[in-house]
Amino acid sequence: MSIDWHALWSVLAVTLLSTVGLVGVFTLGVVGLSRPGATAARGGAYVCFAACAAAVAWGIWLIVAK
Amino acid sequence: MEHMTLLIGIVIATALVFDFTNGFHDTANAMATTISTGALKPKTAVAMSAVLNLVGAFLSVEVAKTISGGIIDESAGIKPEMIFAALVGAIVWNMLTWLAGLPSSSSHALFGGLIGATLVAVGRHGVHGDAVVMKVLIPALAAPIVAGLASALATRLSYRLDRKADPEATAKGYRAGQIASAGLVSLAHGTNDAQKTMGVITLALITGGVVAPHSDPPLWVIVSAGAAIALGTYIGGWRIIRTMGKGLTDIQPQQGFAAQTGAAATILASSHLGFALSTTQVCSGSVMGAGLGRTGAVVRWSTAGRMVAAWALTLPAAGLVAAGAALLTDQGTWGVVTVAVAGLAICAAIRTAARRKPITHANVNDAPEPAAEPQGAVTAAIAAVIPPPAGTVPAAPAAPVATAAPAGPTAPSTATA
Repeated sequence: MSIDWHALWSVLAVTLLSTVGLVGVFTLGVVGLSRPGATAARGGAYVCFAACAAAVAWGIWLIVAK
Repeated sequence: MEHMTLLIGIVIATALVFDFTNGFHDTANAMATTISTGALKPKTAVAMSAVLNLVGAFLSVEVAKTISGGIIDESAGIKPEMIFAALVGAIVWNMLTWLAGLPSSSSHALFGGLIGATLVAVGRHGVHGDAVVMKVLIPALAAPIVAGLASALATRLSYRLDRKADPEATAKGYRAGQIASAGLVSLAHGTNDAQKTMGVITLALITGGVVAPHSDPPLWVIVSAGAAIALGTYIGGWRIIRTMGKGLTDIQPQQGFAAQTGAAATILASSHLGFALSTTQVCSGSVMGAGLGRTGAVVRWSTAGRMVAAWALTLPAAGLVAAGAALLTDQGTWGVVTVAVAGLAICAAIRTAARRKPITHANVNDAPEPAAEPQGAVTAAIAAVIPPPAGTVPAAPAAPVATAAPAGPTAPSTATA
């Protein structure tokens, strides 16, 4: 019986990083959008949303490409 | 040969029925919190989830291979009859837990069924013990914890980052995020759960000599499995949606978003490595995590405890039902017919029992639409939503359940549920 610790740890690491990263960046985007009138904040928010979309697309691409 | 083809046809049809129950059992995973926070209307939510499940079915075949080549030894004399018995065991357990509104794992029901039927009909050497531990049991323990931890941390971070922002202005953004992440969970569900059925159908085809061992699922198998799970998802398991959306903890859009993202990340990361984990357990774990991550949120541990008990019971219970069914199907054609009739009778009885206290898209959140029962009663019953449906089990279908299947393992478990 060999337990594949490497696979388990990589699932843990990937999950933690991607979840906390995505939620954090998306929250920054939402907070940026919630400030009325601030153009810079609005632009930053769109950058955040784009980063989230790109991360998700990359993740799906990784799975499809295998 | 002709008999063989008919039998395999029956097995494939049963597998698709299982896939359908899997779909409606698991709609809750992706959409429960989206529906309970009001980010999407119930019907819209299930339609979107159905489409994405179908798309997800085409993304990967890693998990399907785990089933058709990993857990069960294809060369040990697996017969289509056994797969049929396994599927009946899994379907019966899925229906019972749906009646009780419990988000149990369809995947574990399927594995339990396969393992139980194989142990009875072939013996211990038919099951790859190592693969069961590595690809089923360890992910079952680890996945909900990983998903819960990730979404708890993400929830905490999210609330910290926006503590100075205006809740009114951010609510819309979180709803959008929640819809997107729920879509991702649906996609992940398609890549993980639709594939389990594909794996089983492929296993049946292999045992019938239609395709070579270790083959990838043929395209028509992928299409039909994806379609069956999408249809089941669209029908929607409203009982379980209510439990997950309202029963475990009160979810705000921001938490729902964190929970769904954590669940999607866990499922996709594990699918990629061929872990056939339970999407249900992952999603329940992440909902709990999101509940724990927000200060002041209430996690209902009694509901959670019942749910975990159902998880622990799922594999052995489905295994026992399948083992009994496998004993019968081993007797020849009459055994297969008996199992089929008994399975249909049990499903019909459960449907009848469920109709006594229907939960539909109209009253899942107590939406102001005409419901089958007074709105006030539903609202009052929200907190204690599990006991009433469970209580109806022994009342109506007691006779058919007791005579038609080895009800010993299933009956007490529904009572505890």
